[in-house]
Amino acid sequence: MSELETFRAEARAWLEENCPAEMRTPAKGDEDVCWGGRNFVFQSEAQKLWLERCVAKGYTVPDWPKAYGGAGLSPQETKVLRQEMAKLGCRSPLNSFGIWMLGPALLKFGTEEQKVHYMGQIARGEIRWCQGYSEPGSGSDLVSMQTFGEDKGDHWVVNGQKIWTSYADKADWIFCLVRTDKTNKYQGISFLLFDMETPGVSTKPIKLISGNSPFCETFFDNVVVPKNQIVGEINRGWDVAKYLLGHEREMISGMGGDGGVTSIGAAMKATLSQEPVLRAQMALFDVDNLTFRAHGERFMDEWKTGKAHPAYSNLMKYVGTELNKKRNELVMSIGGTQALEWESERSNGGSKARNWLRTKANSIEGGTSEVMLNVVSKRILEMPGA
Amino acid sequence: MAMTLTDDQNMLRDTARDFMASEAPVTHFRKFRDMGCKDGFSHGLWKQFAEIGFTGILIPEADGGMGMGQIEAGIVLEEIGRNLSPSPFLTTSVAAVEALKLADKAMRDRWFPGILAGETVIGIAIEEGVKHRPEKIACVAERSGNGFKLTGQKQFVVQGASSDMLIVAARTAGAAGETDGLTLFAVDKDAAGLSMEAARLVDSAVSAHVKLDGVQVNADAVIGEVDGGWAVLSKMLDAGRVGAAAEMVGVGTGAMDMTFEYLKTRKQFDRVIGEFQALQHRAAHLYGEMEGARSIVLKAQSLMDEGHAKAELYVAAAKAKAGLACNLSVREGVQMHGGIGMTDEYDIGLYMKRDRSLNEFFGDAYYHADRVATMNGY
Ligand SMILES: Cc1cc2nc3c(=O)[nH]c(=O)nc-3n(C[C@H](O)[C@H](O)[C@H](O)COP(=O)(O)OP(=O)(O)OC[C@H]3O[C@@H](n4cnc5c(N)ncnc54)[C@H](O)[C@@H]3O)c2cc1C
Ligand SMILES: Cc1cc2nc3c(=O)[nH]c(=O)nc-3n(C[C@H](O)[C@H](O)[C@H](O)COP(=O)(O)OP(=O)(O)OC[C@H]3O[C@@H](n4cnc5c(N)ncnc54)[C@H](O)[C@@H]3O)c2cc1C
Repeated sequence: MSELETFRAEARAWLEENCPAEMRTPAKGDEDVCWGGRNFVFQSEAQKLWLERCVAKGYTVPDWPKAYGGAGLSPQETKVLRQEMAKLGCRSPLNSFGIWMLGPALLKFGTEEQKVHYMGQIARGEIRWCQGYSEPGSGSDLVSMQTFGEDKGDHWVVNGQKIWTSYADKADWIFCLVRTDKTNKYQGISFLLFDMETPGVSTKPIKLISGNSPFCETFFDNVVVPKNQIVGEINRGWDVAKYLLGHEREMISGMGGDGGVTSIGAAMKATLSQEPVLRAQMALFDVDNLTFRAHGERFMDEWKTGKAHPAYSNLMKYVGTELNKKRNELVMSIGGTQALEWESERSNGGSKARNWLRTKANSIEGGTSEVMLNVVSKRILEMPGA
Repeated sequence: MAMTLTDDQNMLRDTARDFMASEAPVTHFRKFRDMGCKDGFSHGLWKQFAEIGFTGILIPEADGGMGMGQIEAGIVLEEIGRNLSPSPFLTTSVAAVEALKLADKAMRDRWFPGILAGETVIGIAIEEGVKHRPEKIACVAERSGNGFKLTGQKQFVVQGASSDMLIVAARTAGAAGETDGLTLFAVDKDAAGLSMEAARLVDSAVSAHVKLDGVQVNADAVIGEVDGGWAVLSKMLDAGRVGAAAEMVGVGTGAMDMTFEYLKTRKQFDRVIGEFQALQHRAAHLYGEMEGARSIVLKAQSLMDEGHAKAELYVAAAKAKAGLACNLSVREGVQMHGGIGMTDEYDIGLYMKRDRSLNEFFGDAYYHADRVATMNGY
């Protein structure tokens, strides 16, 4: 047996032994997901146990180094672990922007002290992070952002406003883009970290078309941020921000249902067999879905061996989010009038309709589809022009 | 398996890329097309394919071949597609070889040496209608003497009239629509009662309409089991499908590269047209589709090579996706070239024609999407 197959057998045995049965069923919705953080209330004993066991093993962030709370697995081992988790239907023990976005940026740009401290907290699910990038006047054109940090010697005083800050009202800390030099557009931004309980920080939830309010307007009124809470160099935060966006895009591209290749068609057979045109749409969707999973696998294998183009995650984000929107359009069409129900228990509180509406944000958040196409065309295809 | 090519596979790709670009580029294709070649390909090139080892890429080492898999065959096919190199590689070295691998030793000894030497060409005689419906095969093989007597008709037998042997699927039992009761036969081109009418196709390949008028074959002409031909047929078809998909990745990529190059050089409105966002977005979308096609084809090839239970599903998805993506590539290619894309002198139209043929080969995108739905349980 190869080393990798030995690892597979060990991982599987560990999962079978340690993953509670309740954590082997799909999460029902956002409320059912473990986000960690100071104020997180576990929905079940099993959820808590599963997190604790994974933390002890380093499996909340299996590919991070052990010193920073991970298990130090190789890319191949991580892939095998995920495959085995998928086979057993294990839920992710911990979801967080810390894992998907901040951690990788810290690994690349952070000091040793920052890695041990912040990455450790993330890995243990102790601190929940939010992302302060977008502003009312700066969305796609993010670099035009204005939130300003005035240099006061050993600290900055931050004033300004962010918007669309996901889970700002639930997060403990924020990673935030702050302008520290008004004369230089790209090299005048710093990447700061601060506690959401710092005096002067306030949030106001915004309601989405799905009826939920997972994101906020975030205001900064003379917020004091010590100088050691910067990642990377002063005025070089744009490099960190862009690197992090690469990981964010990679993460969003992988979203969508079970993230697997299982077709939703079989469960809908009764309807599809009566609707040949809809069945055909579903079939073409399945072709695209199988394609996307193979594409993702190939991308990850190339990414982790340094063979992928650095801008490739933009392509995956575009393809993956458009596919996820298509999936939800089909779910709504196949669901018919039942899928229109918004509140009933029968419809699980309108989950189909709400999910469908939520997925429309996939091709906006983390950079819009149009912006992704711009990046692919310029950076990968090297098309001319501004 | 990792979804990246190994060092050996990368070397093979470099070899195939250099070989096709120097020995069989689009100008080679044009030359044979314009001389009205009755075969639609060069026997000299087929010999060169043999010398470099391509013709026996899937033939087991024990039988004198390279003993490689679908990934390697696909690497060669992609370069064939990119250069529109005309050859019997897909039918003979991929589809026919996969069928013959399941035949007895006498049959393998009879045909493999000629394929290895680049002397033998084999035609695949499956289709009976204008669309791919292998389970609907009605051509009959009745027991007769020491063997069988074949009666029926076949079409879209690519390079049929240039073939030394045809692999014919016929019914020894059951009725059209059933997968049981089919048998595959190796039928000699000179067999009495066999007649062919060659027909040139839109992509300048030559295919044949075949008539089998009581063609007598011996029992030893059977490939695999009598009545159990579906297993051999499926293997042969899946190899042909994933091979055609790989060739379409080459055709689509070739057309795409040519188009992107054009966008970077053609000027209108005082700018290179590649500066227009309306074209940039379509170019980026097309690139994504082609990358997806490349990925699912590689996945299908590797599952076939592993003998994985899901190989059939992925082959169907790969043939469908490669067909859709390649088709998008040639359509965008012609459109983005403007008027010049409509001319015979310019190559982009040749890619459009080749795509059309490959899409039909062993089932189009809709046929295979339908199979994906069926295999997925709806
Ligand atoms: C659910 C959700 C969660 C989010 N979470 C966060 C978060 O946690 N933190 C955070 O900082 N931000 C977050 N965002 C904000 C998100 O990053 C922005 O919405 C996004 O960057 C787009 O900016 P915008 O909304 O200002 O749209 P705009 O930039 O105004 O875009 C409007 C339209 O114009 C198009 N467009 C813009 N520029 C171009 C161009 N150059 N070429 C072609 N088309 C163009 C866009 O594609 C879009 O269709 C979230 C957004 C959503 C929807
Ligand atoms: C069969 C045929 C018959 C014809 N007959 C005649 C005739 O009788 N008389 C005559 O004078 N002409 C004729 N034409 C020429 C025809 O009008 C031109 O081909 C057409 O105007 C396009 O110009 P072009 O070929 O130079 O393409 P280009 O202008 O070079 O266009 C190339 C590509 O770039 C795109 N493009 C160009 N500018 C932009 C932009 N600003 N934004 C986004 N995309 C852009 C185009 O849409 C196209 O996809 C004929 C063409 C054909 C194919």
